Amino acid sequence: MSTRLASGGRLLNRGRALEFQFNGKRLMGYEGDTLASALLANDQMMVGRSFKYHRPRGVVASGAEEPNALVNLGKGGKFEPNQRTTTTELFDGLYATSQNHWPTLEFDIGAINALFARFLPAGFYYKTFMTPRPFWKHIYEPFIRQSAGLGKAPKDRDADTYEHFYFYADVVVIGGGVAGLQAALEAGKAGARVLVMEQTADWGGRAVVDGVEIAGKPADDWVKGVVQALEKMENVTLRTRCMGAGVYDHGYILGYERLTDHDPVLQGPRHRLWRIRAKQTITATGAIERPLSFAGNDLPGVLLAGAVRDYLVNWGVSVGDRTVVVTNNDDAYRTAIALVDAGLSVPAIIDARPEGAGALGAVAKAKGIRVEEGKAIAKVKGKTRVTGVALCLQAGEGAVIDEIACDCVAMSGGWSPVVHLWSHCGGKLKWDDAQAMFRPDPARAPTGADGEGFVLTAGTSSGELGTTAALADATAAGRAAAKAAGLKPKTGKAPVANDVDETPMAAVWLMPQGAGAELKMKAWLDYQNDVKVSDVQLAAREGFESVEHTKRYTTLGMATDQGKLSNINGLAILSQSLNQAIPQTGTTTFRPPYTPISMGAIGGSARDELFQPIRKTPMHGWHVENGADFEPVGHWRRPYSFPRKGEGLHDAVNREIVNTRTNVGLLDASTLGKLIVKGPDAGRFLDMLYTNMMSNLAIGKCRYGLMCTENGFLTDDGVVARIDEDTWLCHTTTGGADRIHAWMEDWLQCEWWDWKVYVANVTEQYAQVAVVGPKARQLLEKLGGMDVSKETLPFMQWADGTLGGFPVRVYRISFSGELSYEIAVAASHGRAFWDRLLKDGEEFGIMPYGTEGLHVMRAEKGFIMIGDETDGTVIPQDLGLGWAISKKKDDYLGKRAQERSHMADPERWKLVGLETLDGSVIPDGAYAVGEGHNANGQRLTQGRVTSTYYSPTLKRGIAMGLVHRGPERMGEIIEFPKVDGTSVKARIADQVFYDKAGEKQDV
Amino acid sequence: MLTLQCPYCGVDAEETELTAGGEAHLKRETVGASDDDFEGYLFMRENPKGLHFERWRHSYGCGKWFLAARDTNTLEVFGTYPAQSKEPPKDLRDKISAKRPGWSWREFK
Ligand SMILES: [Zn+2]
Repeated sequence: MSTRLASGGRLLNRGRALEFQFNGKRLMGYEGDTLASALLANDQMMVGRSFKYHRPRGVVASGAEEPNALVNLGKGGKFEPNQRTTTTELFDGLYATSQNHWPTLEFDIGAINALFARFLPAGFYYKTFMTPRPFWKHIYEPFIRQSAGLGKAPKDRDADTYEHFYFYADVVVIGGGVAGLQAALEAGKAGARVLVMEQTADWGGRAVVDGVEIAGKPADDWVKGVVQALEKMENVTLRTRCMGAGVYDHGYILGYERLTDHDPVLQGPRHRLWRIRAKQTITATGAIERPLSFAGNDLPGVLLAGAVRDYLVNWGVSVGDRTVVVTNNDDAYRTAIALVDAGLSVPAIIDARPEGAGALGAVAKAKGIRVEEGKAIAKVKGKTRVTGVALCLQAGEGAVIDEIACDCVAMSGGWSPVVHLWSHCGGKLKWDDAQAMFRPDPARAPTGADGEGFVLTAGTSSGELGTTAALADATAAGRAAAKAAGLKPKTGKAPVANDVDETPMAAVWLMPQGAGAELKMKAWLDYQNDVKVSDVQLAAREGFESVEHTKRYTTLGMATDQGKLSNINGLAILSQSLNQAIPQTGTTTFRPPYTPISMGAIGGSARDELFQPIRKTPMHGWHVENGADFEPVGHWRRPYSFPRKGEGLHDAVNREIVNTRTNVGLLDASTLGKLIVKGPDAGRFLDMLYTNMMSNLAIGKCRYGLMCTENGFLTDDGVVARIDEDTWLCHTTTGGADRIHAWMEDWLQCEWWDWKVYVANVTEQYAQVAVVGPKARQLLEKLGGMDVSKETLPFMQWADGTLGGFPVRVYRISFSGELSYEIAVAASHGRAFWDRLLKDGEEFGIMPYGTEGLHVMRAEKGFIMIGDETDGTVIPQDLGLGWAISKKKDDYLGKRAQERSHMADPERWKLVGLETLDGSVIPDGAYAVGEGHNANGQRLTQGRVTSTYYSPTLKRGIAMGLVHRGPERMGEIIEFPKVDGTSVKARIADQVFYDKAGEKQDV
Repeated sequence: MLTLQCPYCGVDAEETELTAGGEAHLKRETVGASDDDFEGYLFMRENPKGLHFERWRHSYGCGKWFLAARDTNTLEVFGTYPAQSKEPPKDLRDKISAKRPGWSWREFK
């Protein structure tokens, strides 16, 4: 029975009881508890079920490495799945539910999977469900979705806030155990700007639990003294509840601080992401204990030996009345001794080593503990929790010698240094055979911009398991980091601890070593993903030699704990199966973050309106006031249409178009890119950028131009106006302004840097309004101030002047085919000018129109739209735009590419108009099918729709599309299948559907 | 998250301030170029594990393009220099030679 002891618990405040809920049960804990320690104190041994077989699972660890005890935390906007109970500090009112089970934790239908374990071996996802194909969609996938999955995704929006914090440091120390503190002290004394991050709420790490004495003092006292000394240093910043999440290029470090998780009543952001630049980083991240692989090692009640000790010392929790300790090293004896000292029973220490332990073994024996040397656990007994263990010889195959009743098993397979942060940015590891661990190789550290290492390790994370050695290592690391940061470290002796002599550990990867198939099928490696010894061996037999492939095939180490417990054991089993040494097998890649961090912290304050600021035109307010239906265009929001009360969107678009073609319409065209290109070489430069000639454009005139990439593909278009002798104004598409500006800069800076040209992006300096329709001129004449007649201001010219008192630049350009004036005013005048046009235009029946009306009208005229007719594989020649390609120029960007054989191929799909025979609208994106089938049995295609609309002008569907040899096939009928199985027939036609002669715009 | 020093404004720029622009010192091929030469210009790129010359733009800073010599494996930065360079400057080549004796990259060494 797992219970709270009457006394003890160095982190507990027994004066403050807290109430919390688990699966609807009201339970009590204390301030200082983690959710895991509080659950154990309430004898809640089973806390979840495993991913694949839904096996009952309990707490196995006491820290960030916990693979089993994950829960759903909170409700509504505070709901979060997969929260580790071992790193969740208890607070009053905490609400947790277990996951991966249905209907209840105690009775779970999915557990039936366990009966089929034989049929769900390694790689079962890849093998079992391949055939027959329809079964996947209707049977396998629904089954897997119902039974698998780690927790549930939150449904409500996150109610909390988050923030980012920038920090610069000489030395960042990750880990606040004794090694981290000692390293920080040395760096701090040298005058370095130091940041120390500790992921838990408390300083000291393992040493304070293990009762070590440092410099003649209990570790607890020594830690308090050092923390006080550090707090006094102005150059040192200390942070608890702050995890070093990742180490990245050139000393970029991410810290993850949890500000209110331990007490949600607190105000302010929940998490803070520290974005740090550090000259040097010291990882003092300690070590993680490894499980032992024996049958039944996943039963609730089997814990890591260090965790059993943590629960006892830190939280006054006895996981069991009778604890069997099983180990391959001396450290686990500390657990046995601590338990006996607390008055609990340890029926046996099972030590796989024939020679047993050193000094700690003698202590244990002196306390009357039965020590079984050279022995192993054959299997753990019990169904949903431990009831006993069967004893066998480690050297044998598992023949049972004895059975020992117990309700807890404390296992230790040795310790692995936490090398994750060392490895994130390329730090290499070396295999330490004596301690059976990968440890950092200081000769191959991650390197920074200067080519020198920028990460050091300190203490146990270096592989120094003894406290004295760890402190010496940390002292050296702190000094080396300060020195590398350009400071002068102090000298002096490192503190010494009271280490005892230990017998070397023995590598034990399977218990007993000759375990047969039945046992290996119950010996878990990865608890969360249900990967067993037998699975890894099977993968090896099936030819998976690379550790990275084995990982993905078996899913070993792919769960949310990222294999913190399972990886080394899995590697060892794989190496044995492949009959090679462990370093030859190598490790999988360690990737940040160290443990999962919240999406909220990654986003920081960049959410809602701050996620991506929206660009608004000067007339945006009017659009909002008048019920515009907006659509995103680049970072802009543009009115799609202005539906009136009770009017459908489609009807509104049609009304706007008909009105523009019969009266006058108004378009907010402010988003169009406007680039001023100026200088003695501006004409020459534009001749290179545009396919057509711009240098010979007369002052006062406008010309439509095309821009291509060096691949020859059309990338942008727009009207260019010649302003004066050495100034041009280039209009770009709405989305293209920044891109084309950068494109021009690139060529000017990197290729033709001796050309005298300057480019300025003035897109936002001007509001631009298109006044469009047969009555456009009447309206402008009413405003008065300049001559807008055909004679003075003909089509494709521009003029400066005033209209209604506003200084304006008027371009006679048309994207609708109607008489059209595009009028630029200073952005600050935009709204007033717009209002004036609407007021004065009332008598002419003026109405604003949106982007959809613009699109339909340009399609009626057969004008192309970048992004509709083009997709990055289309050249101007495909679109019948040969007229806009200069034959006179020697060169322009894309010219050589357009000579390549595939580009000049007559077999290309080319732009045509498409008239449906029944007048309907072809679905967007539809493909025209041709004769025959491809290798996959699909119909061959011969074209596709690029723009398709209902034309209220022609009262029928119109479309443009790219069709194989299209322009040569006028009048032919091609067929477009629809999603519903029917198809629509269309006749290939001229793409200009309206006013083919262009008479209406040129009046 | 590299930091590169912009040779124009002198700022040690974070990678988030910069735009990567691919390989440096490409020679533009155009009308009159053979198919092979033009293909090389458009598509053929170095892909070294080690020393590399790259284009970067200080987009969220002074807006200037510059070139950088760095090791793609160790992340060591040998230096940055103006985009208006037909070849890596001599002092930079010497600096690389000191650290990577016998180096070569395309036609440079
Ligand atoms: Zn700069």
